[in-house]
Amino acid sequence: MTEDTMPKTEAAEVELLSFRLGDEEYSVDIMSVREIRGWTRATPLPHAPAFVRGVINLRGTVLPVVDLSIRLGMEPVAGDARNVIIVVQVGSQTAGLLVDAVSDILALPRSEMQSPPDLNADISQRYISALTIVEGRMIRILDLTSVLPQEAIEAA
Amino acid sequence: MSDPMAEIKASFFIECEELLESLQDALSDLDEGADDGETINVVFRAVHSIKGGAGAFGLDALVAFAHRFETVLDELRAGRLDLTPQAVKLFFQAADLLADEIRAAREGSPEPEAAEECLQALEALLGDRGPSHTADAEDEVEAADFQPMGLALDLDFDFTPEDASPTGFTLQFRPDGALYASGNEPLQLLRALAEIAEVSIMTDAEAVPPLDALDPEENHLSWTVQITGDVTEEEIREVFEFVEDVCQIDISPILDTREMPLPELPEIDGEPSGFTEEDEKFEPEAEVNGPGSVNAAPPPTDDIAKIATEAPARTPDPSPAEQQAEAAKPSAAQPAASNTTPAAEPGATVRVDIERIDRLVNLVGELVINQAMLAQSVAEAGLPPNSAVNTGLEAFMMLTRDIQDSVMMIRAQPVKPLFQRMARIVREASSAIGKDVRLKTEGETTEVDKTVIERLADPLTHMIRNAVDHGLESPDMREAIGKPREGIVTLSAHHRSGRVVIEVSDDGGGIDRKKVFEKAIEKGFVTPDAQLSDNEIDNLLFLPGFSTADQVSALSGRGVGMDVVKSSIQSLGGRISITSEPGKGSCFSISLPLTLAVLDGMVVNVAGETLVVPLSSILETATLTSEDIRALGPSTNVIHLRGAFVPLFDLGAELGYRAPKRSYSGDVVLLTAQEDGARSALVVDSILEQRQVVIKGLQQSYGHIPGVAAATILGDGQIALILDPADLVQSASGNTRAIDLSLAG
Repeated sequence: MTEDTMPKTEAAEVELLSFRLGDEEYSVDIMSVREIRGWTRATPLPHAPAFVRGVINLRGTVLPVVDLSIRLGMEPVAGDARNVIIVVQVGSQTAGLLVDAVSDILALPRSEMQSPPDLNADISQRYISALTIVEGRMIRILDLTSVLPQEAIEAA
Repeated sequence: MSDPMAEIKASFFIECEELLESLQDALSDLDEGADDGETINVVFRAVHSIKGGAGAFGLDALVAFAHRFETVLDELRAGRLDLTPQAVKLFFQAADLLADEIRAAREGSPEPEAAEECLQALEALLGDRGPSHTADAEDEVEAADFQPMGLALDLDFDFTPEDASPTGFTLQFRPDGALYASGNEPLQLLRALAEIAEVSIMTDAEAVPPLDALDPEENHLSWTVQITGDVTEEEIREVFEFVEDVCQIDISPILDTREMPLPELPEIDGEPSGFTEEDEKFEPEAEVNGPGSVNAAPPPTDDIAKIATEAPARTPDPSPAEQQAEAAKPSAAQPAASNTTPAAEPGATVRVDIERIDRLVNLVGELVINQAMLAQSVAEAGLPPNSAVNTGLEAFMMLTRDIQDSVMMIRAQPVKPLFQRMARIVREASSAIGKDVRLKTEGETTEVDKTVIERLADPLTHMIRNAVDHGLESPDMREAIGKPREGIVTLSAHHRSGRVVIEVSDDGGGIDRKKVFEKAIEKGFVTPDAQLSDNEIDNLLFLPGFSTADQVSALSGRGVGMDVVKSSIQSLGGRISITSEPGKGSCFSISLPLTLAVLDGMVVNVAGETLVVPLSSILETATLTSEDIRALGPSTNVIHLRGAFVPLFDLGAELGYRAPKRSYSGDVVLLTAQEDGARSALVVDSILEQRQVVIKGLQQSYGHIPGVAAATILGDGQIALILDPADLVQSASGNTRAIDLSLAG
């Protein structure tokens, strides 16, 4: 799934890291991605919301891991060797996103981004900031701020 | 303001802290009866240095306050003021306000309101003869006598009749290289001078060598400044006050030309300039009388004429010019003199940014984790215990431990500054309610982690206030029961078995347990028929909301906010306890871990998860038998242990790892104790080991989890949660019912 055919020299270009969750394809702005790690078992946190898988040791720091699939209202990620944790940073907060698999890096012109249609009934709706079509596939672009476990921090 | 300036300013404020500390120390010594000149000097010097530094940064309010304070201290130094207890009290108050002023200057907040009042009270000590803070000419003469660098001034004034009226001064300013090295800038000084008087500045660049011989670190410039206008010599000196060690300053007065006896002029004009050429070693002094000064304003005056006439009488042969040079010499010698008598010899210390130390602490934490990982893989490799790898690893472990201890020592600081702050609280609280209170401190040099010290200030303040307000009886009452009127609050710190124990005790009436008990009943905390031990009654004080309402007596107010005190101590991993004896007083004892970075813990296994329970909270461990367990309610159990019933908590269920088990027979329990002595039994599956773990905060990356204090990284790289048993039990007691319903069946 290489994207050599993509026009790469647009002025206002966005680079996205796309990944799979179930059968669907999502992406995040690559600028917020710190690293990608293989699956390691997370230590579960008591009294945490279901989408918080737990914490892992990221070179000596304690990193909370969000099961993105549960967060978006789908079945939990299995948690096996094929799964990966995308370490993202939003502002001062760093967290891991557990996804099924990373698929690609896309460079897309900003003009091809579309606002998602207004469907309030869909739980995943509020986590998506934009939509785009790449080779006939729809890619959802995630709003990272709303995906991370904000509630847990506020509830504390 | 530019960055370097902000940096210098920041270091000035750090210095201020140190100066305030020595000020407090010296005042305490004075309070205890040390009436020697050196102690008074220390007090004076501290205030003086603060004033000097503040002047450099244009902190006018601070300078004004320090100046007036200093003026009064000066009288004391000169022996013209008696050191009465009342005066010492005022000095303490002024020192407190000086600290406030410094804080105000640092934070840009408004200056404390009480300042003026306190200063007036201080100045009232001086009575009529006290100089007012607006320095006029007469004050100058008096004040000049006490300037530490006053030798030259004295001479100047000796030669200046009281009625002389200088119209200005000639200033010779020649910085040393060190002036630049210390971050000062002559331009700023000259500008500051221009602000207080009219100046005409001439730069003397003659000494600048050719470029190839130029030492860029050295100074080759000097300035001659004619100062006219309504300005005193002291004001001029103040401008240069904080650089006086690193430059040569010579000030000579220009006196009113109307009184000038003209015939003297040629003589003075000629000789000094000739002198310059003749004798290099008097160069700076000679320059004073050089072309600059003479050209701008003809200096010969009454008094110089007098010198000229007196000179032959005192020393038969020197010419008037030499006499001048003599007079100037002490002022040239002055920088050297003040260099040899610095206020304090700088100890071998380094000031390090706390962030760097924290990074080191973190790295050492990593080292400990890595070493544990290494140990684990060596163990897994199945090497014989006496193999070279194992012996090497053992040495490595010991080294790691040593490094860790040493790094923690860096963060450790003596509790002395904290105790000094408390001394102030005592002074303020006691004067607010009209009690005589003396604070005794013990173990000021005890060292505690910096963070602990910082976070201890609020709880300690509260406890000290309580001790003064509620712990001690009123002076009249104390007298009536045969105690001295003056109450004593003792604040002590010492190390005890790897922890720091800080105690606040008073010699008051002790806790009125009857009243506390009644109050608790009234508040609904206990039932009237409850049988409570003395210790349990004392611990009622820590209940939230205890006795916040109407104060039936002074004693019933005790406990206001003690729950807050307790929770902040607990958040530091500490414990607090009370002992009290009726009529003799009470003692609040805080026990704290030496560091917040590592912890001794018991590593346990619960439902396949590894957890760490702080060793400090574990009293004992036991294996349960079915006889030990008694059903309490439909969903809760207690265990019967050594004649006492202890509530049982299943860690696996409380933390949501599994449903409560049907039978706990054969399981391991950890018996934990809380600060108030309440015990609870935590069921775990097995105990793995006891070890030191590095604390990794969860707050920043995730947030607070009930029952969990922090996390740590184990030898296998996995994260384990560190429990907070007290918090766990508190948040668990509510929902055991729902969870345990399945157990009941």
